[in-house]
Amino acid sequence: MTQLLRVAIVDDETPARSRLRDLLADCAEQLPLEIVGEADNGADALQLVSVQPTDVVLLDIRMPGMDGIETAQHLRKFEPPPAVIFTTAYDAYALKAFEVRAIDYLLKPIRAARLLEALTLARSKAAPKVEVLAQLRIAPRTALSASERGKVHLIPVSAIIYLRAELKYVTVRTREREHLVEESLTRLEEEFGEQFVRVHRSCLVARSAIRGFERGSGEGGDSQWEVLLNGCDERIAVSRRQQHIVREFTKNQ
Amino acid sequence: MARSINQIAGPDGNTSVMRKRSAHANPGASQNAYGGALPNFRNLGILLRILLSVNAVALLAVIIKSPTLAEISAQLMEVAALVEPLLILTLVVLYLLNNVLARLSYATAVIAVIALTLALTTMLYFSTRRYLPVDVSGIERYWLLVGLVTAMLLCYFELRGRALSPALSEARLQALQARIRPHFLFNSITAVLSLIREEPKRAEIALEDMAELFRVLMADNRELTPLRREVELCKQYLNLEQLRLGERLQIEWHIDNMPADALIPPLVLQPLLENAVYHGIEPRTEPGIVSINIYASRDEVHAVLRNPYALQGNHHAGNKMAIGNIRERLQLHFDAEASLTSRVTGDAYQVHIVMPYRREKAA
Repeated sequence: MTQLLRVAIVDDETPARSRLRDLLADCAEQLPLEIVGEADNGADALQLVSVQPTDVVLLDIRMPGMDGIETAQHLRKFEPPPAVIFTTAYDAYALKAFEVRAIDYLLKPIRAARLLEALTLARSKAAPKVEVLAQLRIAPRTALSASERGKVHLIPVSAIIYLRAELKYVTVRTREREHLVEESLTRLEEEFGEQFVRVHRSCLVARSAIRGFERGSGEGGDSQWEVLLNGCDERIAVSRRQQHIVREFTKNQ
Repeated sequence: MARSINQIAGPDGNTSVMRKRSAHANPGASQNAYGGALPNFRNLGILLRILLSVNAVALLAVIIKSPTLAEISAQLMEVAALVEPLLILTLVVLYLLNNVLARLSYATAVIAVIALTLALTTMLYFSTRRYLPVDVSGIERYWLLVGLVTAMLLCYFELRGRALSPALSEARLQALQARIRPHFLFNSITAVLSLIREEPKRAEIALEDMAELFRVLMADNRELTPLRREVELCKQYLNLEQLRLGERLQIEWHIDNMPADALIPPLVLQPLLENAVYHGIEPRTEPGIVSINIYASRDEVHAVLRNPYALQGNHHAGNKMAIGNIRERLQLHFDAEASLTSRVTGDAYQVHIVMPYRREKAA
């Protein structure tokens, strides 16, 4: 006897979810499966998958808040990552990009036969890589994700105070604690551009978290500007090359 | 935008497609190819165009003829003495005969105008030849000149008439017809499919709403429609959206004082509501309110649509296109009498349409 295929349904529209439930029930006759749960947004989907081991996620692309593409990026952090089948009503731009990268998707209204085919192939197919998904994005992510002891933590971008590059990781500082994420600081700077400012070679500070600047006492009497932060007592030195941000900041006050 | 107004202000001075259309006994006739017509010689713009072009031709002839710059002004005086009396006389006669000429078929009218200018040339030639300060050549040369210039001007007016014909404006209207988002169509079909097994009655109503909506979308929408019909269509559309979005979509109607009999271009409100849902409600995780307020004020119909404004949106281009499309259709129908303004106030996006209050004629 083969193992049941564990499927999760993620769509913001109630009728779309109920339609998928009906279709999955139809498919169950030929492919043993069970529905592990439903979610109407990306964050809940990640929560669901972290509690319920899932093989396949049926994921709507266009959702408010965290969209399907970003959700898929965070889903990759699970070990093992669930397979993802995107669903969409119509999105000419995205579909072209999907074709090019051989990513599986289903067009709504979804046919039972097509769903069955996609589910059958899902387990054998490798899920799309994070980098590939990143190319599909048109807007920056709403959150970063860190995997810790088999769990996936979401860190909303709005809660980030600063990002600091370590050897292989980036440290993400929030009001509460620090997280380690596998990202590159340069990529993060590209993605979130205006929301962060580089104060020295290995540190991006959220503009909204900057409280002010102060002359700190550097070694050998060489004084240096330091960033004062909201919600965090640390001070971060501003490198000589980035002194101009101090002027810009005081001008905008 | 300004261009479309100019184009509609056609040779006969009418400024709106609707008025032109109503002039036709049979609405189908206006869809035929442009048949050709003389310009209205009582229109100041037309007279001015003739005056300017003839003088431009005269100036050109003088410049070609004169070997030096100084001679141009002297030659110009001579030519003006020949040209201006004939030109003004011709315009006066055409002004007087305008209504007679308009009754003739186009071919006859063209021959009549050319014959008329030649006759006036002959008359002027023999009556004033002796008093003119310059030497004049044989009359054949003047016939040739006058005939050619007249024919050229008639060609120009014919081409201009074609470019401004109501048929062309209507083709533009047709091209501007609102199109529904495929996204909405496919999501609605999915919603109906989800109802068929559990709630067949609701599925039936939804399909009926969809049929009504698409009947209007696919219809020939160049005629004005009563406001109450457009509102009904909007309700059917919003029923379908509510099926998909449930309580995320909240609708507030303020239409108790709306002028139900006002004639408006079809599909002016529905695409705006579609925008409101697509840009205002769908990107939100929390429920949002779309409000519709329609009222009459003096001789104007006002429609104000509001929806929540989501700051982070990456599909504003689509919104601008829809707004531009509706604005252009309003102008084709009502010219400068109608307006569409949109603005962001705090966390709401608002579109305000003003249209002239044209009442539906009792059948």
